Amino acid sequence: MSDLTRLTAAELAATIAAGDVSAVEVAQAHLDRIAAVDERVHAFLHVDTEGALAAARDVDTRRAAGEELGPLAGVPIAVKDVLATKGVPTTAASRILEGWRPPYDATIVERLRAAGTVMLGKTNMDEFAMGSSTEYSAYGATNNPWDLGRIPGGSGGGSAAAIAAYEAPLAIGTDTGGSIRQPGAVTGTVGAKPTYGGTSRYGLIAFSSSLDTPGPCARNVQDAALLHSVIAGHDPRDSTSIPQAVPDVVAAARLGANGDLTGVKVGLVSEFNGEGAEPGVMAAFRDAVEALTKLGAEVVEISCPHFQYALPAYYLIAPSEASSNLARFDGVRFGLRTGDDGKHSLEEVMSLTREAGFGPEVKRRIILGTYALSSGYYDAYYGQAQKVRTLITRDFTSAFEQVDVLVSPTTPFVAFPFGSRTSDPYQMYLADLFTIPTNLYGGPAISVPCGLSEGLPVGLQIMAPTMADDRMYRVAAALESTVGVLTPPAL
Amino acid sequence: MTTTVLPPYDDVVARYEPVIGLETHVELGTKTKMFCGCPTEFGAEPNTQVCPVCLGLPGALPVPNRAAIEATIRIGLALNCSIAEWCRFARKNYFYPDMPKNFQTSQYDEPLCVDGYLDVEVDGEMVRVEIERVHLEEDTGKTLHVGGATGRIHGATESLVDYNRAGIPLVEIVTKPIPGTGAKAPLVARAYVTELRDVIRSLNVSDVRMEQGSMRCDVNTSLTPAGQTEWGTRTETKNVNSLRSVERAVRAEMIRQASLLDVGTRIFQETRHFQEDTGDTRAGRSKEEATDYRYFPEPDLVPMAPDAAWVAELKAALPEAPRLHRKRLQEQWDLTDQDMQSVVNAGAVELIEATIAAGATAAGARKWWLGELARRANEEGIELSTVGATPAQVAELQQLVDEGKLNDKLARAVLEGVVAGEGSPREIMTARGLEVVSDTGALTAAVDDAIAANPDVAAKIRDGKVAAAGALVGAVMKTTRGQADAKTVRELILSRLGVEG
Repeated sequence: MSDLTRLTAAELAATIAAGDVSAVEVAQAHLDRIAAVDERVHAFLHVDTEGALAAARDVDTRRAAGEELGPLAGVPIAVKDVLATKGVPTTAASRILEGWRPPYDATIVERLRAAGTVMLGKTNMDEFAMGSSTEYSAYGATNNPWDLGRIPGGSGGGSAAAIAAYEAPLAIGTDTGGSIRQPGAVTGTVGAKPTYGGTSRYGLIAFSSSLDTPGPCARNVQDAALLHSVIAGHDPRDSTSIPQAVPDVVAAARLGANGDLTGVKVGLVSEFNGEGAEPGVMAAFRDAVEALTKLGAEVVEISCPHFQYALPAYYLIAPSEASSNLARFDGVRFGLRTGDDGKHSLEEVMSLTREAGFGPEVKRRIILGTYALSSGYYDAYYGQAQKVRTLITRDFTSAFEQVDVLVSPTTPFVAFPFGSRTSDPYQMYLADLFTIPTNLYGGPAISVPCGLSEGLPVGLQIMAPTMADDRMYRVAAALESTVGVLTPPAL
Repeated sequence: MTTTVLPPYDDVVARYEPVIGLETHVELGTKTKMFCGCPTEFGAEPNTQVCPVCLGLPGALPVPNRAAIEATIRIGLALNCSIAEWCRFARKNYFYPDMPKNFQTSQYDEPLCVDGYLDVEVDGEMVRVEIERVHLEEDTGKTLHVGGATGRIHGATESLVDYNRAGIPLVEIVTKPIPGTGAKAPLVARAYVTELRDVIRSLNVSDVRMEQGSMRCDVNTSLTPAGQTEWGTRTETKNVNSLRSVERAVRAEMIRQASLLDVGTRIFQETRHFQEDTGDTRAGRSKEEATDYRYFPEPDLVPMAPDAAWVAELKAALPEAPRLHRKRLQEQWDLTDQDMQSVVNAGAVELIEATIAAGATAAGARKWWLGELARRANEEGIELSTVGATPAQVAELQQLVDEGKLNDKLARAVLEGVVAGEGSPREIMTARGLEVVSDTGALTAAVDDAIAANPDVAAKIRDGKVAAAGALVGAVMKTTRGQADAKTVRELILSRLGVEG
């Protein structure tokens, strides 16, 4: 039953609930697909065949016992390797965590298990979520199912490629500067970054604590909303988690699917209106904006004057926090240990471990962040970047006094060929030019496919006010109702 | 190493004016750790009170302990501080294996409590010690370096780490510099730490035991040559683990710095370690090449904004300040200022209070703690509270005396047994056979023997020379090995000889 892998998550859940197919059959179909294509795609760092089949059997047993099943029970899911999974290897795509099996589950993973989803395995990413192409994974890059010679985006390229390649209907990503949305855009899939604090960070290996946000990846908006509703909500183990009810994103997506945006005010960010972006990307974006107008939305241009400083501010704040967050990887308590041969001091072992365990991009950011926080430079760098962050937040607040959502292209360029942006870090950083402002503000944003350029997918980004995640789902679903779901060429 | 001749203390204070400052760390006695639910009991097997959070495992996040924040605010209020309306935790970044995350979650430029004071009494004179800040942070684990000559990380062949202590809430109380105390500086330092300990103990937020490390003190000292206004370079002395050491460390550091300044050598800003055995301080790591801690606001935690009404409630519920409490006790116990001061100096206030609560009279309790036990504590150079007797035991001892079962001499022997850990006073009295001989039959026989053995003395007494009875009392005490009550013996002798006492 190879077509099981082509069904949406909602369809799979309904089919399983109806008893037309077992959760084990669904899991096996996806495991078979992984076995058939992942050698070429390399979306997974670890496939948990046993765990997946056991979870699927459990769903079948519960269904047979007449238990009420959740909206995603039995649906397979891939989890980005940056979330702790009890007993299942978790590496953040770094050598320094090779072989580490966490003794606990991340809150999100716990919720996924409780909902009866079937975790297939852990997906590839840029090391510690630092990158936009998966080329910085210590275990080799993931290939874009649309063109295996091109990047799948990053850092969550594995999660996006897994769903684009029909290896899983759903996946979990994490978004610090665009790591869910940009891979979504370049693989023709849907990726949502919830409101910061709307999804728990407990068990998410921290890159930048004030920015990291876990979120859903799916092939369509409705599935993304379903997954969003399962993982979101207050977590007392994360102090920055928002103690408020999650907006009804599923209902919003359903409403949007009617294709009526009458009364919705959409803002075009004038600062993101073409400069630095590929013409093909801008053309697809403008067509999509035109489509929104046809659906009844009122489109106005909005100036967000400080967005131009978002990228430099981000590259001070995120590395600063990372330099501190990554200090714990020292070989003392877990993971890789190098040089413990009786000839080296404890300090040397810590240093040798970090030297051997971290890749070049991670080291670059640790050095950058260490510098930005050091005494005498703090005010000029970290302090100044925080001020910029406040100004960007004000841009958003004042924009949302005038419009319901803001839109922009998700990323300035379509999937690029491997190696084309690794020699100059700044060229790589530009991939997140349009996604970063939202992270600094903390609001939600979603990337939804809006067309093709040079035969490759282009994403449109919808940004909403904090805790108004439902708004972006409504607009995304409406756009999807006219653009349709993108299907990559057969592998 | 060059040997320096150390100047006498009196000369030091004649030529220099000391400025001191104290940083005190207090481990809070909360049931759980600062940022996770692990227990905080002292003395558990290594690494048994740990979880992903306090081990700093990847992905784990802190959740602040409300009880610890409340305790810190109460300490701040008791020290007359203002409580911040809004403040944050900060990360202090440095690498050390006993710190699981390689950063300590602490507070930096936004402490919870600021600008307070604590009044302390030194030689009947009140000194106001100004408090700069009181902040909350987490403790580190403990490292044991094996194989090196120094017991330090350098040169060790193996290092063992115990994370049970990692994450226990720690309150840091920092004074402003304290100038102008002259020769009394060491006493002021000791009085401040004592008073601070009493204040914190009265709040019931920590057991503040210096010997177990739940209260730790760093002492800053500098000297300014007499007549100059600019303060000298300070040193920070760590490893000061008792009240007595606080006083000794300041004195030692003043003398050491004076010996250098006398010959024109400059003082380095550095961390020094107090040596319990020799009473001097030795150089540790130099602050001038110290790590840059790269403090920044802790992004894993939201700011603390204590509700004003809650703070007011906590303030209203504060217990009586120990200084006022002592005033009240002094009246109850009917002591002169001087007597009360010696009770305070001996660290006996709470011990006496507890002994009275256990049933002893004020005079009885004071007699034992300030007498026999204080003498022992002094001889051994330890705190009175650790001398080996408890208030309950002292109360029992006094009760035995009051019941006439022990005389003063026997009671002291029993107390010796108590201190040696032989059991309760009653058990020791029985086990060692120290009870006063009150069986009149046995005593009468002893008295009759004494009369028979000393006929001429007996004759004198019969003739009315009652004072001569002393010789017979001595003889009876000798045969009963001191276990008789001298007064009873005397009465018995007189009655056997038909003389009215």
